[in-house]
Amino acid sequence: MLELTNVTAGYGQFTALWDVSLRVEAGEAVAVVGPNGAGKTTLMRVISGLIAPKAGELRFEGRPIGGHPAYEIVGRGIAHVPEGRRIFPALTVADNLRMGAFLPAARRKFAESLTRVYALFPVLEERHKQRAGSLSGGEQQMLAVGRALMSGPRLILLDEPSMGLAPVMVLRLFDLIRRVRQEGYTILVVEQNVRQVLKLVDRAYLLEVGRIKMEGRADALADQDFVRKAYVGL
Amino acid sequence: MIDPLFLAEAAVNGLLLGGILALLALGLNLIFGVIDIVWIAYVDLVMICMYAVYFVVQVYGWPIWVGGLASVGLGALLGLGVHLLIITPILASAPVNQLLATGGLLFFLQSFATFLWTTDHRSVRLTLPRLELFDMPISVARLIAFALSILVMLGLYLFLTRTYIGTAIRAVSQDREAMALMGANPQRVYLVTSAVGGAIAGVAAALLIIQYAVHPFFGAAFGPLTFMICVLGGLGNMVGAFVASFIMSEVIAISGVIWSTEMGYVIAFVVFIVMIFVRPGGILARRG
Repeated sequence: MLELTNVTAGYGQFTALWDVSLRVEAGEAVAVVGPNGAGKTTLMRVISGLIAPKAGELRFEGRPIGGHPAYEIVGRGIAHVPEGRRIFPALTVADNLRMGAFLPAARRKFAESLTRVYALFPVLEERHKQRAGSLSGGEQQMLAVGRALMSGPRLILLDEPSMGLAPVMVLRLFDLIRRVRQEGYTILVVEQNVRQVLKLVDRAYLLEVGRIKMEGRADALADQDFVRKAYVGL
Repeated sequence: MIDPLFLAEAAVNGLLLGGILALLALGLNLIFGVIDIVWIAYVDLVMICMYAVYFVVQVYGWPIWVGGLASVGLGALLGLGVHLLIITPILASAPVNQLLATGGLLFFLQSFATFLWTTDHRSVRLTLPRLELFDMPISVARLIAFALSILVMLGLYLFLTRTYIGTAIRAVSQDREAMALMGANPQRVYLVTSAVGGAIAGVAAALLIIQYAVHPFFGAAFGPLTFMICVLGGLGNMVGAFVASFIMSEVIAISGVIWSTEMGYVIAFVVFIVMIFVRPGGILARRG
């Protein structure tokens, strides 16, 4: 479904991602794990078109997407839930979701998508009139995911969904992501919370200082000695 | 001791002036909030539109409402032009360049107007009935301008809160990048915003020309005042700018009758400077 071949990317003179190759099959959940500053967010941003790759090729469902602007890539079926949630704080929950269906194709399916999102996250329906900025961190993350689903994507990019959440909320959120997955969405997730995310996904890549260090099945990766010591904390 | 009637009259005039200042500040704030650029030449675009009304009404003899519509249309086109020709090429460069470019436009527009139309003051003369309220003469032109300003602001409020594209404009002003991830082409949102901001300048022009004569340096009077109001209200803060407009217009009008018109502006600037020290984030900013 998504295929990156030798992608190099960064900001201005600075290169954050070196020669990265990665693939996500339809229906899969894949994680990219690694320490702070490994280039995980840059990877997400180059896929969703917020930055253009310096080299390499990106394909989605067989068609090239590298260097296309973000507002075009979302129309292809990739929704990016950015780091830090980035909801519109002064807009209501309902308006945030309406903005998620900005594209004409998404707007036509608005009612259907909304029912789906409210079924997944009932709290968003309860709070639909509230300003999004007044939600708790966990609710804001649900809103960010819900807003992304409104565009009718096939692939969802989740950047650090557990960031800044209380441990209990992290568990609940991972449960919800699991449910999103069961709805048939393909997921590529970037996380620092390695232990939890490896329970959620099928496969994972380990990214370190901008390069893929290791890849494999999630359970196999979780058993690797140095992964356990370095990231899982067991 | 000043006759309380004079003070009351000044207060009414201040209120009426505040409406149109609020409209100008709102237009400037809308553009700043969304595109993050201050159009230094904003009131000079108003000046160009005032000339348009003058020519349509006074020279070609069309009714005033035609002049108003022409002014709104021209304003929207000018807004699009400013964005496409001046802002777009330097959108990614340092903010100071954008300030310099729109500042350059200010001098261009002033010279352009002087070149074409000389420095003569021109006004549109309407025959309006006189109105008196408790022995105070009230200018019907100002009253109309005030009422229409409030109506247009109300319309803008409904546009921004009730329509899809208006909500998208607010979303872009909160998080431009997130809105691009929703599928909004930022350039298109900027164009809509620039056209709306320009159209507001056009409305303001039609409302100003029925009260004041236009000349190439018209922007020198209202331009700085508009910026002061925006800063006083907190740049990008619509409600703050609305409140600030009436504070400034009342200060100018009331100290104008107590001392002199010039003194009114001096005191307005002093109030501005003091307020900036006391509340640097704008009058309605939360203390943090």
